[in-house]
Amino acid sequence: MELDFLIQLLVNGFIIGLLYGVVAMAFVLIYKSSLVVNFAQGEFLLVGAWACWWLLAKFSLPFYLAFLFTLVFMTIFGILIQVIILRPLIGEPIISIIMVTIGLSIFFQAMMNWMFGVFVEPFPRIFNNESVNLLGLQVQTVYIMSGLISLFIMISFAIFFKKSRLGLAMRATAFDQQAAQSLGVSVKQVFSAAWGISAVVSAVAGIVFGIVNGISSGIAFMGIKVFPAVILGGLDSVLGAILGGLVIGLLEHLAHYLDVQYLNIGNMMRIAPFYALLIILMIKPYGFFGTKDIERV
Amino acid sequence: MSLKKFRPCGDYRTSYSNDMSMFEDKGGFYLTLIGILFLLISPFLFDSYIISLLIYIGFYGIAALGLNILVGCTGQISVGHAVFFGFGAFASAWLSNKFLVPVWMAIPVAATMTAFVGLIFGIPAARVKGLYLAIATLAAQFIMEDFFSRAAWFTGGVDGASAEPMKIFNFYFDTDEKYFYVVLFWLIVSFIMVTNLMRTRDGRAFLAVRDHYLSAEMMGINLMKYRILSFGISSFFAGLGGALYGHYLNFVSIEEFNIQLSIFFLAMIIIGGLGSIRGSLMGAAFMVLLPELMDFLTRSLSDTSIDQILSLSSAIPFIKEASIGLVIILFLIFEPNGLAYRWGQIRAWFKLYPFSY
Repeated sequence: MELDFLIQLLVNGFIIGLLYGVVAMAFVLIYKSSLVVNFAQGEFLLVGAWACWWLLAKFSLPFYLAFLFTLVFMTIFGILIQVIILRPLIGEPIISIIMVTIGLSIFFQAMMNWMFGVFVEPFPRIFNNESVNLLGLQVQTVYIMSGLISLFIMISFAIFFKKSRLGLAMRATAFDQQAAQSLGVSVKQVFSAAWGISAVVSAVAGIVFGIVNGISSGIAFMGIKVFPAVILGGLDSVLGAILGGLVIGLLEHLAHYLDVQYLNIGNMMRIAPFYALLIILMIKPYGFFGTKDIERV
Repeated sequence: MSLKKFRPCGDYRTSYSNDMSMFEDKGGFYLTLIGILFLLISPFLFDSYIISLLIYIGFYGIAALGLNILVGCTGQISVGHAVFFGFGAFASAWLSNKFLVPVWMAIPVAATMTAFVGLIFGIPAARVKGLYLAIATLAAQFIMEDFFSRAAWFTGGVDGASAEPMKIFNFYFDTDEKYFYVVLFWLIVSFIMVTNLMRTRDGRAFLAVRDHYLSAEMMGINLMKYRILSFGISSFFAGLGGALYGHYLNFVSIEEFNIQLSIFFLAMIIIGGLGSIRGSLMGAAFMVLLPELMDFLTRSLSDTSIDQILSLSSAIPFIKEASIGLVIILFLIFEPNGLAYRWGQIRAWFKLYPFSY
């Protein structure tokens, strides 16, 4: 029984961890290309999930259409936020940039609560089977779907950055903005593209999360959970973000297991990642794959 | 983070005593004096609702002042100020309930306790800075919140803690009008303390650490000491504000000191002006009055067609919250130096009239 419970938790942790990895990747994408720490990442998930839910519930569109419309909407949304709000703040001190994303996060959270209410809304059912039997374990279908979608996003990210022209431009900008600009890369376009892609990826994660747990403002907490993951992996490493997300997902479920079985203190699942975050910051502030800041005077 | 000039061009300070003066000019001194006198008689002028708003501005202003030392003057971003505010409130209630410390004494003692907790949570500042420090304080926020809900001996757990009203020699400060003077006293004391701090070596060391930490270190400033000290001092004022808050409401619950409150404090100093002492108070006043203004606007729109379409009256809490976010964004884009800078501009305009330079 206990072992079963542990394995079940680990499988859940792995899949949630993949989702964290996806959100962390979206976060790192923005940080790497435009050096903005996005405290509103969670709200991107929230806005995407609510948009999809709205299309499904109000217009009874088929799922794939609603999904596509949401992606288009989120691309525009991400680009608009970059152009209208973040662009005037280029070159401002770090506190201004942090605060503006915090302001965005408060604003959108309040607006979403206003428009869609504060209660959890379940997604319309998409799969017929609740769960499938996988090697003797009952795994919910939505979990498998979420794992597959996460893997798909990660692979397409890798291909995008390796093969496409825009991906190359983004890598160049992340490496050295001035050099990229002097070689004809439009840094403005790269910034907007980064925000657009990040918003889309977050929206997908938000929809998946909404299908698994129902949509509520709790989804936005993913945006905070992302910090332990990205710090663990290093703020500017995509690979690190994925691994960090996985580790944090497993860690919180392990903490939950220990908590339920032995410690009985409760709430460990929520708090354990933050203890991990503090410890990592004290030992290895740039994470396992991040580049160390070297300052020239 | 460059400090914008709050005074018109030309340096009028011709002696060392001028340089060390608390006020820029005589006008500033008289304006402050008039302001304090006006506040002293205000309980006789206004009804208790306005007085309660002034009390809120008072203790939020003290806490924002503390945060401004940390963020504005030392350049260390903290997203966990609310937990220190909460710690002060709980510590003061705990001292007066468990050890029967009289409340007037419990308030400063609680503030000192909070300062020590702040020193502990400032230790990461010795190692990380900037963005990483902001994320570390974010973690501290959640860990301390968890501690509040867990430590029933200290906070009363989910039931919260009750805090006695303040009394000195059988004189109870139980109404808003009486408590107002307590808050005003501590507000003035804190502002004098911080103004003095910024005139000393320590205060200037903070500014040096903010402006360029490597140069500061080369000038012989102990970086680690000042970074951690700044956390301690900032937590002292947070704890002071929190203790005053606890004894005002007579009840402290564990749910109030969440990240929203931390952001609220950050918003105060952004709007007031980073690194400006009077800006902290202006920002606190702005942020306390903003929800009231939104309330008023929504009410004045009631029963119009806009109200019916958007069902505004049921959405007041969301409108208040959204307005906070919106105001932060708008201030950062259009007025990044805050209200204190604007105030300085207005003063300068009057001082230099009719020649604008």
